[in-house]
Amino acid sequence: MSREAGGGRRRAADESGTDPVERGERPARDERPAERVRSGERPMRADPVVATVNLVKIYQNGGVPVPAVRGVDLRVERGEFVAIMGPSGSGKSTLVHMLGGLDPRTSGEIWLDGKRADTLGESAWALLRRKKIGFVFQFFNLVANMTVADNVELPALLAGASPREARERRERLLDALGLTGRADAAPAQLAGGEQQRVALARALANRPSLLLADEPTGNLDSRNTRDVLKLLGEVHRDGQTIIMVTHDARVASLADRVVSLLDGQIVDDGAVAAPRRRPKGTAGDVVELRG
Amino acid sequence: MRLFLLALLAKEPAHGYELKQALEQIFGSAYPSPNIGQIYVTLGRLEKDGLVRAVDVEQTNRPNKKVYYLTAAGRESLDSWADEPTEGPRVRDEFFMKLVLAPMTGIADRMTLINRQRRHYLALMRDLNELAERTAPEDRIALLLIEGAMLHLQADLDWLERCQEDLS
Ligand SMILES: Nc1ncnc2c1ncn2[C@@H]1O[C@H](COP(=O)(O)OP(=O)(O)OP(=O)(O)O)[C@@H](O)[C@H]1O
Ligand SMILES: [Mg+2]
Repeated sequence: MSREAGGGRRRAADESGTDPVERGERPARDERPAERVRSGERPMRADPVVATVNLVKIYQNGGVPVPAVRGVDLRVERGEFVAIMGPSGSGKSTLVHMLGGLDPRTSGEIWLDGKRADTLGESAWALLRRKKIGFVFQFFNLVANMTVADNVELPALLAGASPREARERRERLLDALGLTGRADAAPAQLAGGEQQRVALARALANRPSLLLADEPTGNLDSRNTRDVLKLLGEVHRDGQTIIMVTHDARVASLADRVVSLLDGQIVDDGAVAAPRRRPKGTAGDVVELRG
Repeated sequence: MRLFLLALLAKEPAHGYELKQALEQIFGSAYPSPNIGQIYVTLGRLEKDGLVRAVDVEQTNRPNKKVYYLTAAGRESLDSWADEPTEGPRVRDEFFMKLVLAPMTGIADRMTLINRQRRHYLALMRDLNELAERTAPEDRIALLLIEGAMLHLQADLDWLERCQEDLS
């Protein structure tokens, strides 16, 4: 159990002085209703999927320390979809890399599913990733000498799925992302936006308990973004926990919660307000003409 | 509404109700369904200004109807509307004024203003997402309008990010 994990500090937003209800925020953790935990999953309040305590990353750049993440306390519950936003260089990639064990932290704690993870060695991290984490990199890295289909099936096979399960899952994911026709292509034959969608399919192939994604729609046009949004919406409804770095406000607006980073620190953390009920409004009523 | 009606009349003369139908048909849900009274009031004003003229057309069993057509002056004002670039978005909006002035008076700090505005824009974006989902795919003009609104919001959010970087 890790009741203390992530509990040491209040979030920056709590100090902003406005009323949490008015800000559309959920109640603080201890009063959070149990129904947040998706039905059928765990009966009791479960451990958060991710919790960090005063997480810090300082890179060394030719002897000069570069503080990239400066004391982040983040707690993500099972089934939550959290978007991370912030200017370039604010530490978004660094943060998610640390959460996936791809970059060692300088200090602080990382807890995954209630277990301490920042103290794990590289091979233990690799095992953990294989079982639990899907990762979409900002600069997607597919295995160059394998087909798209094999790239997507591999993580499921590594996680112990049968070849048939892996193939069925791959077919479903590629279909959802409009990539069925590219299954036999090599990554180098794909456009940037296609590679990005393959990377997303691969990250979801082993049904990870946590999806970490770094700008997964960065190279997509609006139609492909729509496919990705639809798939993310579906897996999220099925209970997928998602932490996603994004500049794309359409993507962020689908999240349950948006965390804003600035200079390596969280400067805002709160729920995105639910759509206002306006069942009969049409584009012409909602989008006003100016002038 | 004046210039929209002139544009429709440049295509062909029409009576008020036909103009209402044309607007609905061309824009789909992208234009709020115009009120027929408003159309007649606008036509009356255009007529007074010499931009359109009305002729009475006799109808059997019904009162005469007025068919409107474009005058040379109307054509001219429509041409200059089409030839001018359209005003861009107003960036010095109310939030901008608030962001600059409120901290000076000590009633709010910039970080709080920016964070609150970001959440508001994201909530608006969520509304637009939902609107796009319940707009029929054939309603192409409406979908383009929604996409335009989304891109504007994205620009507003990017700009908030710049403010946060520079003013903190
Ligand atoms: N390997 C590294 N060595 C040294 N400095 C690094 C390294 N990786 C990142 N940094 C620095 O850490 C800071 C945070 O970088 P990070 O990549 O996390 O930003 P980001 O928020 O993901 O930006 P972007 O939106 O451009 O992707 C930056 O100042 C960056 O220059
Ligand atoms: Mg990055």
